[in-house]
Amino acid sequence: MFIQQMINGITLGSTYALTAIGYTMVFGILELVNFSHGTVYMFGAFICLMLMTVLGLNFFLAFGISIVLTGILGIAIDRIALLPLRKRNAPKVTALISTIGVSIFIQNLVMVLWGSETKNFPRVIATKHIQFESFRISHLQVIILATSLILMIGLTFLIKKTKIGKAMRATAQNIHVAKLMGINVDFVISFTFFLGATLATVAGVMVGMYYQSVDPMMGFMAGLKAFSAAVLGGIGILPGAVLGGLLIGVSETIAAGYIHSGYRDAIAFGILIAVLLIKPTGLLGKEVQKKV
Amino acid sequence: MLIMAGIYMVLAMSLNLITGITGQLSLGHAAFYGIGAYTSALLSIRLGFGFLITALLGGIFTAIIASILGAATLKLQGAYLAIVTLGFSEIVRIILLNWMSLTRGPMGITGIPRPKILNYQINSSSDYYYLILIIVVVTYISMNRIIDSRLGRAFRAIKEDDLAAQSMGINVLRYKIMAFTISAFYAGIAGSFYAHYVTYIDPQSFTFGESIQILSMVVLGGLGSMQGVMLGASILVFAPELMRSLAQYRMIIYGGILSIMMIVRPEGILGSRKGKKREVDTVVTEGA
Repeated sequence: MFIQQMINGITLGSTYALTAIGYTMVFGILELVNFSHGTVYMFGAFICLMLMTVLGLNFFLAFGISIVLTGILGIAIDRIALLPLRKRNAPKVTALISTIGVSIFIQNLVMVLWGSETKNFPRVIATKHIQFESFRISHLQVIILATSLILMIGLTFLIKKTKIGKAMRATAQNIHVAKLMGINVDFVISFTFFLGATLATVAGVMVGMYYQSVDPMMGFMAGLKAFSAAVLGGIGILPGAVLGGLLIGVSETIAAGYIHSGYRDAIAFGILIAVLLIKPTGLLGKEVQKKV
Repeated sequence: MLIMAGIYMVLAMSLNLITGITGQLSLGHAAFYGIGAYTSALLSIRLGFGFLITALLGGIFTAIIASILGAATLKLQGAYLAIVTLGFSEIVRIILLNWMSLTRGPMGITGIPRPKILNYQINSSSDYYYLILIIVVVTYISMNRIIDSRLGRAFRAIKEDDLAAQSMGINVLRYKIMAFTISAFYAGIAGSFYAHYVTYIDPQSFTFGESIQILSMVVLGGLGSMQGVMLGASILVFAPELMRSLAQYRMIIYGGILSIMMIVRPEGILGSRKGKKREVDTVVTEGA
């Protein structure tokens, strides 16, 4: 029972982690909480579903196209709603409201285009289980875990070893100095949004398969959880987002299983608040000396 | 509509004290609004108190909760404070939803009595209109008094630079709690009025979306400007109504307008451009 809950929690947590990476990367570079990220996650899952049901594409093709489309959407959000604000050095909270506007816009656009009701996500992978003595893992869970793991390793490699990764790290450290060093900061930011959006789409589609349903409101709670995960681990820190995602996923499934399912979200947030009160910079965060 | 606009004006003015004046980003204002509404509704139904007493107690109880939250979260800043206030408001909503014996959960509380003030029964919508008008005016005047007082100047000092404020002898932590407490008091009264106005409340009215709505009003009108946030509140209450004929497209347009307004005038409609200069300065010194 306990191991089963852990496995379900880790599966859910790894999708939070993938989404949280998008929050944390954008925050690391722009110090901006991007509230449109949850909607991008929903949009990715929806586009994938629509390509499959309306155009009749097979799953992998639809998945690939939806990743690209959502990535472009991520860049567009930055270019249209955030770049003009950066150029004018507007207060941070304005950019935050702007992403909320974008999020309301996209969410309602999806509702108008495809209706607001919950839709079934077709069963792409046969529901088989690997049975152990006291617990079982479904094939889908294995796929979700493996995909998340591969993507996270790939991302770490990208950021640690490649040139664009180096540029991202430099931009995150000091955007102005990075610009002086000849880094095309706007390109780096666009790339970050693209990357964040594609990871969110992967998470969204996998969650759609896992619960076999998607709805236009699904991005909201997932976005909150992912944002919490990013903050819990220490916002701006990649491994922090992964750790935070797993912790929130596990704590909420265990809370739902052992305490009361109605309070599952409350417990996830309760743990978050408790951790932040003890360690205000998040689990893996470091104390930053403030410049005066 | 005018009455709802009045409620949102009070809410926006109260959030303005935390976010606009003191510079602390709070995403959980709906929780204060909800606590005020539920406290007031339960007091009047279970104990039969009159409106003046329930509104006052609603405000005070909300302020107490807020001061505890404020005291606990003092040291957090920026995104961390934002997520804790957000988490707090989700917890409040979930408790309202699940504490069946007290709040009747998703069914909500029905039959909240209409306000009776000194033997005068408030019934028609014009009565409500005058009542909220009085509340708005009182809030506006008293808020202005607070902002212009020693207390308000300390709040603004914290917004500009909390380290410098600290070194000037301002007890930053204490003043942050006070900003939360005062703000929540007004939000609690707004919630109390709302409960007695619609006579039915459920957790659905106090969600994260509501907090965002209030924050949007503050930012749209102009952070820190009292007239600005009142204007912002009116615009965002009336805009969806004016677009009602556009039916399903109105929320798309609403979202679009919100973003465009931010891009066109990031300091808000009536906000000052003072904040901008300082940010440029910081950029220059950091870049050097």
